[in-house]
Amino acid sequence: MATLQLDGLRKSFGSTHILQGVDLSLADGEMLVIVGASGCGKSTLLRLVAGLETPTSGSVLLDGRDITKLDPAARDIAMVFQNYALYPHMSVAENMSYGLRIRGVPKDTIRAKVEATAGLLGLEKLLARRPRELSGGQRQRVAMGRAIIRDPKMFLFDEPLSNLDAALRVQMRAEIRRLQRRLGVTSLYVTHDQVEAMTLGDRLLVRHQGVPVQFAPPMEVFARPATAYVAGFIGAPAMNFLPATLDGHNARLASGHAIALPNAHPGHASVTLGIRPENVVVTPNGLPMTVDLVEPLGSETLVHGRLADGTPLLVKQSGAMPVGEVLYVDLPPAELHVFDAGNGQRLAA
Amino acid sequence: MNRALTHGIIILGVLLFALPLWMILAGSTQDPGAIARGDLSLIPHWSGLHVYIDVLSSGGAGAQPVWRMLLVSFGMALTIAVGKIVISVLSAYAVTFFRFPFRMVAFWVIFITLMLPPEVRIIPTYDVIAGFGMINTFGGLTVPLMASATATLLFRQVFLVIPDELMEAARMDGAGPWRFLRDILLPVSAGNIAALFVILFVFGWNQYLWPLLVATDPKLDTIVIGIVKMIGVETQVEWNRVMAVAVLALLPPVAVVLLMQRWFVAGLTEGEK
Amino acid sequence: MRRTIFPGWLLPAALVLPQLALTVVFFLLPAGEAVWSSLTRTDPFGLSSVFVGIDNFNDLFADPLYVETILRTIGFVAAVCVISMGTALLLAVMVEGVVRGRGIYRTMLIWPYAVAPAVAGVIWLFLLHPQIGLLGRWLNHNLGWDYSLNGTQAMLLVILASAWKQVSYNFIFFVAGLQSVPRTVTEAARMDGAHGFYRFRTITLPLLMPTVFFLIVVNVVYAAFDTFGAIWALTQGGPGKATETMLVKVYRDGVINLDLGSSSAQSVVLMVGVIVLTAVQFRFMGKRGK
Repeated sequence: MATLQLDGLRKSFGSTHILQGVDLSLADGEMLVIVGASGCGKSTLLRLVAGLETPTSGSVLLDGRDITKLDPAARDIAMVFQNYALYPHMSVAENMSYGLRIRGVPKDTIRAKVEATAGLLGLEKLLARRPRELSGGQRQRVAMGRAIIRDPKMFLFDEPLSNLDAALRVQMRAEIRRLQRRLGVTSLYVTHDQVEAMTLGDRLLVRHQGVPVQFAPPMEVFARPATAYVAGFIGAPAMNFLPATLDGHNARLASGHAIALPNAHPGHASVTLGIRPENVVVTPNGLPMTVDLVEPLGSETLVHGRLADGTPLLVKQSGAMPVGEVLYVDLPPAELHVFDAGNGQRLAA
Repeated sequence: MNRALTHGIIILGVLLFALPLWMILAGSTQDPGAIARGDLSLIPHWSGLHVYIDVLSSGGAGAQPVWRMLLVSFGMALTIAVGKIVISVLSAYAVTFFRFPFRMVAFWVIFITLMLPPEVRIIPTYDVIAGFGMINTFGGLTVPLMASATATLLFRQVFLVIPDELMEAARMDGAGPWRFLRDILLPVSAGNIAALFVILFVFGWNQYLWPLLVATDPKLDTIVIGIVKMIGVETQVEWNRVMAVAVLALLPPVAVVLLMQRWFVAGLTEGEK
Repeated sequence: MRRTIFPGWLLPAALVLPQLALTVVFFLLPAGEAVWSSLTRTDPFGLSSVFVGIDNFNDLFADPLYVETILRTIGFVAAVCVISMGTALLLAVMVEGVVRGRGIYRTMLIWPYAVAPAVAGVIWLFLLHPQIGLLGRWLNHNLGWDYSLNGTQAMLLVILASAWKQVSYNFIFFVAGLQSVPRTVTEAARMDGAHGFYRFRTITLPLLMPTVFFLIVVNVVYAAFDTFGAIWALTQGGPGKATETMLVKVYRDGVINLDLGSSSAQSVVLMVGVIVLTAVQFRFMGKRGK
């Protein structure tokens, strides 16, 4: 059990700055998910905490102790890798116990720990197998076991579910969360998948192009995205964006249609309005939308179309969709997110 | 294409290699006088098998007994194979898993030797060996053939495709450079090492020009040197003995290739990449 | 370049040291010496040597015998390459085309890889020797075959012995190359109506070209250098100079005639040849990587 604190962590290769001054702190037992597209520096951040790379400047504190210069092995941190990184020539039991054997833990202790960990993960019957004889989900569990068995102060997860198929990913996602809760180990989880981010994290850190853009609990990120990028990234299907100009309380769409906003945003002339597909309301006296594709998903239906001014719009409706070439939609002002058209920042409500 | 024709062509190909082998096997058991008269038959005389015991213990006229030549060949092939593997595993490990000053210089110095096969620099190398006083020594026979870029490049290739995560996982588990090499890298590359062993063993066993030059002492005659010496004597050649020695000269490397065929074929073609 | 590395530089430096030492002592030093002595001339008593620039090379290329040796070597190398690669390709295609017996066929065609060129020479002696050879005595009787007197026949003999030994190596690579041609591609060609040899020529062979180019380089090096054992065992470069390749001449001039200047110049010519060949190979491999 531990707290993690990053102070002004910086990493650059020559003139390329991968990370610029990251400050972050994790409470004991907390699971923090860092999410972002590739190139946002999330993996580098994880590897700096692991000790696999050394920061250009700044420090990493685990339980208040400065571990910035320590070797990975000396940090008491375990890591689950993207492709599991199991040792192909070792059995499941050997894979899990390798770290303990290096540390010279007595054989009896190792055996007991392997059994306990295998029990926790449902791997009891697979201990003698080699990694190549395991399914994807089983390999994932072994990788987890290798991390758990050492009773580390902290877990690091590097996109651990990205190699699994969709069904297994959902299952393992829940398993990871349950285990982490149960063991109460402080965890740092890196992913590019917004669903994983939403479901796993106590808090989310969304990064974009090397800088943090939002740091908040998942539902807050969803409800009040800090930028248009976050708004488009979190939530599926993705949020619709409509360019508009502000005129007092009124936002005017490209077609000239005006929407009365709850708040005025003085000093911002052109904005981007965001609305989630599920918040668009179909109503007979709304704006006309020309339908060009209908995707029935069973319990709900996605309708792709364009407004009169050509702006694309996606509407998510529960149940089946009324047939027709044109759909009349309303954009409820309370559901609109307003972003500055220039820098994409959310305008305070 | 007609299936029978396909099989026919393949069998013809198989015979192209099998028949000459059978010829020297059968011939080795026959009467040397009959062979010299041109009566080489493809039917073995089982009673003539004792020729193998003869050559192994006594060898040819004035030559070393063949068991001794086999021993030298074995020693040479093993030393070269093991030495080369150890040296190139270490250097490939250094250039792939570390960064150190002049790493690329070291790599290029090794790499450039690809362009200098032993044969093209054979005489100056002889001079160097002579300068070390290593003419007619086992070291002179083997050491110069130990450094080659091919094996280093192959291992570098193998090591480069080892996923980063594997090493990172090992480091998180607390493995240092030696432990990682011993516990992870070598076992994971065992197939490649086996393949390279076969290739290098055959390479070492089949050397001719270098031993011819550097080991003029008959005590250091390899079996390949020995057999060419035997046919060089124009008069009164005991052809059955020559054939028996030829069989003994090709059997060990062929056996190594056949026993380790699976790794050898995979490893050989992998080196091309 | 790896993402993660081990820290420190002392250990890796120590690890490359053995190979670097061997390389410097047995590769660079001799190569340097070869270049140096190719530019000098030693007096007949071996007491002093003078720098003569490229005189040795001028002499070499002015010598019609050397030019002849180069041409002869090119012919020999080309013949060995064509015969061994052609045979290997035919056999590989045939073996990959059958289901039953494929494994045993492969084994039966792979083992000659292990035969030393010199031993291959001895085997071919027993096949084609005019007095004792299994086929040779018949050829001698009916066609006057005697390679110890007839230069063309001698050349044919060393070509056959050298190519014979190399078929296995090429076979292994062609089989691997054929196996890497995706089944779906050949199946698509079948659906398009391409049959038999036409399919091979338009689909399989173009996809096999990387293997072919790689093997050409390997076979040229093999034929130019590794065949020394076979040639020396069978003809020692004779009769006359009929089977004297460039490497045989290096050996004869340097070791037997002790003409070090010329022999070194010849070594340097060989080195340049290999360097050009390697450069071509890497250019081509670079292209393939893209």
